[in-house]
Amino acid sequence: MFNSYTETSLSFDSALCINCKRCTQVCPHAVFTAGPTCVSLDRPSACMECGACALNCPVQAITVQSGVGCAWAMIGAALRGKDMDTESCCGENGSCCGNSGSKQKASVCDCGKKER
Amino acid sequence: MTEENNTSIFETKKKTITGTQTCGCADNCCETPAIQTTTSKIIFADRLDHLLARLGWNRLNHSVEPGLYRLGDPDAESPVFASANYTLSFDALRSSLAGIDAWILVLDTKGINVWCAAGKGTFGTDELVHRIESTGLAGIVSHRKIIVPQLGAPGVFWPEVVQRTKFIVEYGPVRANDLPEYLKTHTATPDMRCVKFSLRDRLVLTPVEFMHFALPTVAISAALWFLAGPFAALAAVSAVLSGTVLFPLLLPVIPTRDFSTKGMILGVIVSLPFAYVFGTTPGLPMWAGALSAVAALLLIPAVIAYLALNFTGCSTFTSRMGVKKEIFSYVKVMAGMAAVGVISGIILGVSKIMGVI
Ligand code: SF4
Ligand code: SF4
Repeated sequence: MFNSYTETSLSFDSALCINCKRCTQVCPHAVFTAGPTCVSLDRPSACMECGACALNCPVQAITVQSGVGCAWAMIGAALRGKDMDTESCCGENGSCCGNSGSKQKASVCDCGKKER
Repeated sequence: MTEENNTSIFETKKKTITGTQTCGCADNCCETPAIQTTTSKIIFADRLDHLLARLGWNRLNHSVEPGLYRLGDPDAESPVFASANYTLSFDALRSSLAGIDAWILVLDTKGINVWCAAGKGTFGTDELVHRIESTGLAGIVSHRKIIVPQLGAPGVFWPEVVQRTKFIVEYGPVRANDLPEYLKTHTATPDMRCVKFSLRDRLVLTPVEFMHFALPTVAISAALWFLAGPFAALAAVSAVLSGTVLFPLLLPVIPTRDFSTKGMILGVIVSLPFAYVFGTTPGLPMWAGALSAVAALLLIPAVIAYLALNFTGCSTFTSRMGVKKEIFSYVKVMAGMAAVGVISGIILGVSKIMGVI
């Protein structure tokens, strides 16, 4: 209870893995751990669904519905009757990181996400 | 794959690339753009720019020109780093590389930091390929390796970069200041690969958070001051300050994982003194005192919980699926609490105007 973050959309098929270890290099939350023949999905609930692992896996052993998880954008989408899943915080229209968004939207995502 | 194939892949993609870029010069002119020079020194003007960026001032104008930069005195062997054209990203990189001769390839991310731009795709495969090609990087360095910030990975599909440019993508550490250590072995420790969300990281976000709500807060406080006195105005200011400044700072120490319930807990604590003072106002009939206490107990936590939920977009660990669950579980509760709180306030206001209390 009071933890909505126990499940994620992340899934991993170890049979496909060629053990290139790219996913361990790109994941900011150490969700995958290197192993002798393939990586293992060790901390699935730590996944923030950023999508870096799935995009960078050369054999598509990983799938995840990536998204930034910006409540502001998602509530906005729900209120406008739009799909909450396709509305991204960093999306085109009125994005928090975006070019055209209102001021409020423009900075919601000035995130802790700015290292480098 | 042959050279020709590579070129044709690039040709077909180029249309989409140029469509989203600021200029089409790579298509039209034959000269590669001049290489710019930068230093690892951060001067006062940079610091001022950082401060304004943190305050959300002129939000999208903290950018540097995309292209290739020379840092120190690099040669054909020197490492190449990719960065975003957001001044905070670019400056973090160049200042971390003090004493190192390197090339910096700045991507056009429209003045957005690496991670957000990667999520959005502007820091991505196409733009990286486009910059490598348009700067003629292959003719400048002898190696074929480009160090991309780890947080750029959500936008970059490395096999395609290799295929299209023959440059190998190496993912550097999360934090630029780990780069000197990283460069010794070109491997990042698990610690260097993990995103932290330190007190300082959260602190620098609070001014922007507060600024979003500053105007409505001033308006509402002014209205409350006239209708219900200075203490009511203070309650409104406290709620917004708690939600936008105190909440981010206290984030890890408030119990529960959900941001909404964390906000609710903080909200109840903040609302208690106000509820007490409203409820014990001398000269107020008991029902009116109770009603004002209830209004504070409902409204303040609802506002703080909502502001807290909004902070998920800034945090470095909330997943979309989880945030969606939070929205479905708590937004109705928050709205209900706020509605009852507002109705109580209206009843009190009307009673006051009619002279009942
Ligand atoms: S989606 Fe992101 S956080 Fe989740 S496992 Fe992949 S890289 Fe890690
Ligand atoms: S990126 Fe894909 S293939 Fe490589 S180790 Fe991870 S799961 Fe395996």
